[in-house]
Order: sequence, then structure tokens, then C-alpha cells
Amino acid sequence: MRLGEAWRVAVTALRANRLRSLLTMLGVIIGVASVVMLVAIGTGARQYIEGQVQGLGSNLLLVVPGEISFGSAPTTSRLTLRDVDEIGRIAGGRERVAATVTSGETLRAGNIELFATVQGTTETVPDVFVRPVARGEFLRKSDVDTRRRVVVLGASAADRLFGDREPVGRQVTIAGVRFRVVGVLAGTGSNSLAGADPDLTTYIPITAAQRLFGTERVDGLAVKAPDLATIDELGERIVADLEDRYPGERFSAVTQEQILGVVGRILSLLTLVLAAIAGISLLVGGVGITNIMLVSVRERTREIGLRKAVGARQRDVLVQFLLEAVLLTTIGGLIGIVIGVGVAEVVGRFSPLPTAVAWWSILLAFGVSVTVGVFFGVAPARSAGRLDPVVALRSE
Amino acid sequence: MQALRGVSVRVAAGDYVAVVGPSGSGKSTLMHLLGALDRPSTGTLRVGGRDVAGMGQDELARARNETIGFVFQAFQLLPRTTAVDNVAMPLVYRGVRRGERRRRAEAALHAVGMGHRLGHTPNQLSGGEQQRVAIARALVGDPQVILADEPTGNLDSRRGAEVMELLEGLNAERGVALVVVTHDLELARRARRQLRMRDGLAELTTAEPAP
Repeated sequence: MRLGEAWRVAVTALRANRLRSLLTMLGVIIGVASVVMLVAIGTGARQYIEGQVQGLGSNLLLVVPGEISFGSAPTTSRLTLRDVDEIGRIAGGRERVAATVTSGETLRAGNIELFATVQGTTETVPDVFVRPVARGEFLRKSDVDTRRRVVVLGASAADRLFGDREPVGRQVTIAGVRFRVVGVLAGTGSNSLAGADPDLTTYIPITAAQRLFGTERVDGLAVKAPDLATIDELGERIVADLEDRYPGERFSAVTQEQILGVVGRILSLLTLVLAAIAGISLLVGGVGITNIMLVSVRERTREIGLRKAVGARQRDVLVQFLLEAVLLTTIGGLIGIVIGVGVAEVVGRFSPLPTAVAWWSILLAFGVSVTVGVFFGVAPARSAGRLDPVVALRSE
Repeated sequence: MQALRGVSVRVAAGDYVAVVGPSGSGKSTLMHLLGALDRPSTGTLRVGGRDVAGMGQDELARARNETIGFVFQAFQLLPRTTAVDNVAMPLVYRGVRRGERRRRAEAALHAVGMGHRLGHTPNQLSGGEQQRVAIARALVGDPQVILADEPTGNLDSRRGAEVMELLEGLNAERGVALVVVTHDLELARRARRQLRMRDGLAELTTAEPAP
């Protein structure tokens, strides 16, 4: 029998039992759709985080006290502004270093209150990070040197506190102390995954912040390296210098690539685990295929007997039933892909979860569903092929 | 246990043999042997001059496809499948192309007087019509012999008579050998030869006709 003929017979048989075919496919549809969808969510999360980290700026080196490893307790910073000057000297200029001290504080403008992240920073933040100013201007060196009480608001913070009114020149009270708004940052455009909206962050001179928060310390340092080639070496030099100045203390310098590497590995593993769980439902779907095909073989025993009586070989019958199983899982796989991609798009558009459909997950899901059809279709197809025509014809 | 013993029968081209006997007498077993559906455990069965003992399953399937046309008591038509497609089915396994299959199936349906029911499915046809379609299916591959197992068993006497006339007409006009298995003695008497079966033993009751 020609293969094309076998396809036609298989399609006819599946059409004759539309509802059953659809229900049989359901397991495969759900399995494939969840593989595609979960991988899309995992990939989307990774792309989002990569975008966030890269959005900080390029050639960035983050210097923090203690060791950077997951699970280690945070270390209290002993860095001060004098260290910042020293690191600036090593990095080749004060403008290459941004120091921060961070605290969550209540902002008030008129009778509107807002709880936001307040960062005391040096005037170099817009150079080190990529943070363009939308209105007014950023902090100046003189603001930092003279501990001036001025504030640059994040886009969302300005919007919530002042609405349509022009914020620049107005007063904001931070932790009970009055500050004058000198600028508003442009929005970063990133959505607020896990509630951390970077556009809520508000900047004041680090000197003013240290007095406000009652500390001499600097939480963290960001250094913009001159180029990517020397970034690791620069990091080592800074760490060595700091460890000289604070004997017995540990410091770390990490690049974006290192952060991305760790985050990427975790998210890849997570995506894989999600896909594997979804894969189990594909397996269950495959068992359903075997079950239904066995029922189908039994039900069509007389048809098989007849086909054999009029000249079908064992192989012809086997191929016919195998094709039916493969056709079921292939169609199921295609429907599952369409649903998976569709749901991923809807989730990406209408929920805070970012999604990105990975083409490899589509190919994988499709390949697996075809394989499932072959694997779980073989047993019923063999039993059909082996039926004795005499016995088969006699069955009622 | 042997279902058949000492049965020696030769069905020649254009022959018309009735196999008759009560149920359990071995008619069905003989029928399956003649149809190359079974191979004898001992003894020799030749289909078209070839000993089936030396044939594999695939060769047996091919022998059935090319030399034998089956007609069953319960018609054995595929449900939800048109008369033309039912009739064309044996040709699928012979590798005949679709267009040619359809042409030959239509011709076979015309030959059995079913040319006006080409696109009908079995449930749209009466019992007599279904058996005619089944006969067309037996005929479509130009077999040397048609094996009919109780072909009138599921029909009333008038439809049964019509079906028998059709089979006998094909036997007479086309020279295709006809073997009818039945428990109906009256029906068996219409054949040129009768093979009476009892407890697995056969007895040929009519002399071989003169050629």
C-alpha cells in the first residue's frame, strides 16, 4: 500500500470519530501548550532581568563590602566618602564613581504622601548609570559638597506627588526635612515586576542623605570602567586597595556579566524544571493515546479482518494504525503550539509577567509530540497488524 | 484435534461448488483454507497452482488479493464509507492508483446493478443492496474464484434469490469459479457440485460435470 493511501485512510478514520479524536489529543494539546507557555514565561523573565541589569549602564563595576555569593549574610558597610575619592583616583577620575546610601523614606508634598526609595548619591550618577533627566537638572558637585537639601525625583514619584503640576522648584518633605525639587528623571519604561519600580527612586546629595539617615557610611559603589577589556583588572585593583585599607575585611567587585551569568543560570534551570513538569503531562497524554488506540483496534477488529482478507499485509495494517496515532499527536501538537503561543502572548500583554516565546521550545514540543505518537502508537498498531483475519472476521 | 480429514477437492475455473453441512461440520474451516486465510496443519493446499505451505504471510495476503473474492454473510462493508470506496478497497493493497481504482470500482458496481448507488454509504442501503456492493468488491480484482460464506443468510428469501442469481450470472458469464458455503440444502442444490460436510469429513455428491 502506498503511504499516501495510508494517510488518507488514517485521516478518514480520525474524522469518523471527531469527538474521540479531539479528547484523545487533549492530553498532548495540554502538554505541548504548557511546555511552550512555561518556557515563554521563563525566557521572558530572563530577558527582563538581563534588560534591567544592562539598563544600568555599560562597563559597570559594582563594588560592595563582603563576598558576593548566594546565601551569604549581608555585610555592614564600612566604606566612607573618603574611600570613594580613593577609588575615583584608581579608576581614573571622580566622575567615574557613583556612591550610594539607600533608605526607604516617606515623601510628602502638600497632603500627598508616598513611600519610596531615597538614594543619597554623588553627582556622577547620570554619567555612571544611564539615567537621563527629563526636566530641570541632576544634582551638582556643589550640592554634594555643601550638603544642599535638593532632590531629583524619579518619573513615577514626581507623577504621584505632583500630578500635572510642574515639580521643579517645589518643596518635598523627606523624613520630615524639607528639600527643593531641582529635577525629574526620565522614565525607564520598565514595568514594576515584584513591585520594585525604579521610577519611584528619588535622589538627594549623598552628604545630605548621610546626615538624614544618621550614618557616615556608603552602601555601595558603582564604577564605570574605561573599557570592557580592563574591567576585571580594575575590579581587582579596587578590591586590593580597599582590603589594604581595611585589614581583615573582604570586598567584592562584580561586573554585569557576572550578575547576568548567575541570574541566567538560575532562570535557565527554573525554565528547564518547568518544561520538564509540563513534559510529564505530554507523557500522560501519550498513555492516553495508547489506551484509545487499543480500544480503536478492538472496535475495528472486523475492519482489520476484512482488510487482511482482501489483501492487506501485516505491515499495511500496522502502518495504518501507527499513522493514526502519529496524526493524532501531530495535530494535537500543532493545536497545543497555537494555544501555548497565544496564551503566552496574552499573558505578556495583559499581566505584569513578561513572556518571550522561544522558537526552540516550539520545535522541541512538536518533535516530542510526533515521537510520542510513534512510541505510544506502536503497541496498538502491532496488535492490529498481528490479528488473525479468520478470528477478526468472526468477531461481532 | 483435526477439523477436517480426508477432504480432497479441486475447484476448477468456472466451477460452481456448494459446500453444505450443519454448523460445526467444518464448512467454515474449509472455507478459510480455500480462501488462503488459514494454512493447513497437514495436507496440501494449492491456490492458483501454488502450495501455500511455502508462502509467507505477505505472499498469502497477495494470493488472496489477486485470486480470491470474498462474500460474507454479514456483508462486512466499512461503515461511513461510500459504495465506491468500499469496492475499491482491495485495489488499494494492489497499489492501483486512485483514479483507476475508482473507474474499476464503478464498473464493478454497474456489473452488479448498483451503478445508481455509487456514493451511498452502507447505512443508506438495504441488505440486498449491501450484499451487491460486497459482491462488487469481491469482483473488482478480477479473481479466479468467489468464496461466498452464507451469502443469503442475512437476507429474506426474495433478496437472497436475487443475490444468488447475481452470483450465478457472474459465474456463467465471466467464468469465475463460485464456491458457496451454506447450510441450506435447497440453495446447495443449485450448484453443479455439492460437497457435503459432516464431522470434518467431506463427500462429493455430484459427479464432475463434463467440460
